[in-house]
Amino acid sequence: MKYEERLQNVTVLGAAGKMGSGILLLTAVEMADLSLQPENKDKTFVLNAVDVSDEALHGLMGYLRTQVRKLAEKKTVALRAMYADRADLIENYHIIDEYIFDVMNIVRPVNGMEVAYNSNIIFEAIKEDPALKVKIFKQINENSNVEPWFFTNTSSIPITELDEKAELNGNVVGFHFYNPPAVQRLVELIRAKNTKDEVNDFALAYAKKLRKIIVASNDIAGFIGNGHFMRDALHGMLEAESMVDDFGGYVNSVYAINKVTQDFLVRPMGIFQLIDYVGVEVCSYIMSVMNPNLDNEDLHSTLLDKMISQGITGGQYSSGAQKDGFLKYEKGRPVAIWDVNTKKYVDIAGFSADVDAKLGAMPTSMKPWKAVNFSKKKDASLEAIFTEMNGMSGKGVEIAKVYNKRSNEIGRLLVDSKVAANDADVNTVMLTGFFHAYGPINNYLK
Amino acid sequence: MIPHKKVYMYGGYNTISLGTGRKEFNPKKARPGIEHYLKEAGQGVLKQIGGAKNVDDGVIGNFMAARFNNQANLPGFLPMVDEGLSMKYGTSVEGACGSGGLALQTGIRNILSGSDVTLSLGMEVQNTVKAIYGADILAGAGWYQKRKAGHAYFFPGQFSERAGAYFEKYGREKARKGMSMWYHNAITNARLDPTAQEYHNTLPNPYETCMAMEPNGRVFVDNLNFLDCSKVSDGASGIAICSEEGLKKMGVDKSDAVEVVSFVQSVRDITKDPTDLTELEAIKYAANKALEDAGISVHDLATAEIHDCFSIAGILSVEALGLAKPGEGCDYVYEGNTARDGVMPINTSGGLIGWGHPTGGTGVHQAVTIWQQLTGRAGDYQVNIPKDRPYGMTINMGGDDVTISAIVYKRG
Repeated sequence: MKYEERLQNVTVLGAAGKMGSGILLLTAVEMADLSLQPENKDKTFVLNAVDVSDEALHGLMGYLRTQVRKLAEKKTVALRAMYADRADLIENYHIIDEYIFDVMNIVRPVNGMEVAYNSNIIFEAIKEDPALKVKIFKQINENSNVEPWFFTNTSSIPITELDEKAELNGNVVGFHFYNPPAVQRLVELIRAKNTKDEVNDFALAYAKKLRKIIVASNDIAGFIGNGHFMRDALHGMLEAESMVDDFGGYVNSVYAINKVTQDFLVRPMGIFQLIDYVGVEVCSYIMSVMNPNLDNEDLHSTLLDKMISQGITGGQYSSGAQKDGFLKYEKGRPVAIWDVNTKKYVDIAGFSADVDAKLGAMPTSMKPWKAVNFSKKKDASLEAIFTEMNGMSGKGVEIAKVYNKRSNEIGRLLVDSKVAANDADVNTVMLTGFFHAYGPINNYLK
Repeated sequence: MIPHKKVYMYGGYNTISLGTGRKEFNPKKARPGIEHYLKEAGQGVLKQIGGAKNVDDGVIGNFMAARFNNQANLPGFLPMVDEGLSMKYGTSVEGACGSGGLALQTGIRNILSGSDVTLSLGMEVQNTVKAIYGADILAGAGWYQKRKAGHAYFFPGQFSERAGAYFEKYGREKARKGMSMWYHNAITNARLDPTAQEYHNTLPNPYETCMAMEPNGRVFVDNLNFLDCSKVSDGASGIAICSEEGLKKMGVDKSDAVEVVSFVQSVRDITKDPTDLTELEAIKYAANKALEDAGISVHDLATAEIHDCFSIAGILSVEALGLAKPGEGCDYVYEGNTARDGVMPINTSGGLIGWGHPTGGTGVHQAVTIWQQLTGRAGDYQVNIPKDRPYGMTINMGGDDVTISAIVYKRG
């Protein structure tokens, strides 16, 4: 079966979720572009958007229309060529409107899974629950009228486990997009022990068409991205818990670690904000999926357990707005911190000056992540910042040094334990999947 | 043509040219509409000429309010500018980006047919749609039968072809140097005029930036980068066109006005492709006819306002004017001759690329700049007007070398 034939019938499971909607958008556009090629004009392309929530599917179609319009406006030059034979489509807006229709016309929003029985490709982006994934894969595979290939977006569950338990016979591969899939260029590709070559080849071809950066990860729970992030997050939480006395209270300490990880380490967001972004509950869940697969390590946070028991979950609203978690947000900016002891949010403004003073000075060459990361002189800026920091002392600088050392260790652990093939792959994942300005395996801080 | 009686211009006024680059521009926030711009420009002129009671008639130059703003019947806005214009003669004229020039030509003809004062306005408010849809609207300046085969960015596509032909015939490197210097002059001049769209531009070296930005046909057009193009602008300009009697009525001394020495308006068949992509033949005809009618040579001009919707159009106009031989316009510009301290300062308030290009307003803006320069009102962007070269000129173009206005001025 050729590439475009295989893409003639596809299903996205969990299509209205945060990851699913992005995967649906990218796949719908890729399928529409194929359908517009002269040799495919008489073929029908079907993309089933399966989700349990009708309400979410309703929102999904609106999201899709808005996003496809944006994409179409950006690639109108190419679209004019694709519609060159359509005499009735003259102006840009004729062409853009037609393209939006052509993409939307491929998508079938539905909340029953039976439609997947005719699909050659199943993209799965449902809850990170191994038993649920196995159950659904098995059901589709047993009832399918074709021999479907499964592309799972799991960020932590070993693919071999899914393959074996669902009896997929190697027709599965880990295809892990980063959030949001339409923007983030990284895809972690994970082969199970028995993943067939043709499945892997298709995954590579598809990723290439989507202009994604592919990093292959070994099939070890958490892979590269979460392999780093979860350990890094655990370190941050343990640091915060251990420094309560140093900073004069729990919320002060959380604030301090969040600030050091964002500002001193020149990262796009502090570690607690990142946990909130991914979701407090999701992080805890990912750790629990990874932990049984790890030797000599306990990847588990009692602080996350406490947060969840107090009903603080983080994550995002369907609008994309950030839900409150460790931090409380106003217009996307942290304004308060959840105190697990008093079960209340405490305003940052009330103690930040005191904690800032305790953290001490930042290097004079310091610039925010945004200014560094998108600059042509990024490497020189980082060199200057960290060289200066190496000659400094102060609480903030010391925490940053320990933090970077731990991040470094985690990176090397991923290579040593053969999750990643080499240092460069670890760094690529953190640079492109997490938007870090520099990789964890670095020589910046001594 | 040579006016059979004296015709003057006075009391020019420009709104700001609003669009990307201006600090007050925010695409996500609501912006003033055509009413605001017409009022500000119209009232700006009326204030200088003793009010609407001195005005006999009005004309509005505008290209596509019908699509950008869903508004036609523009003459009806003249009495909105000032109720003193109510029940007076009013009209609007359209010739694409040459609409402002037509508003000037119409004003001149009004005076020649017996009026004493015409209020000529030019206006366009284009930021109502995204650039990709604005390109559809602006494509109306070309022949619609050719739209289907044209580029998504239709006019940049047309002038990219001209640039490509020029590159091939005379060399890409030197052409791009001339075009980048054109951009450099546009920006450095615009920084001197607080109403200019590029007034806030802080590029340390606009020439270098433009040279470094390689044209990319995959995202835009093959032979022009974004800086080679004028931007999307909202703005209006106005000026009073009057007879000697009109000046008296307004209580204005001749020496504070400019006199129209000659005026030419000519059109080229919109359904025909240019004979030679490296030549602007209608501009060449109109500009040289205007100089000939005025009885002067191009070297008698102290300054000129040229229609640089694209840098390549600026270069080709320099050649059409006879300032440089074909293929040498780029060198002429690169060597600094058209800079504000060069032998022939061109577009001294930034031109279309620097000041902005509210399409229907541009022709009138050009006249305002020449009036300011020849009467010593140009403030920070004033250039030297040599005594032995007292003339100024405006060239306004609609479409791809289709609807041309060329006017020669001197101080009254």
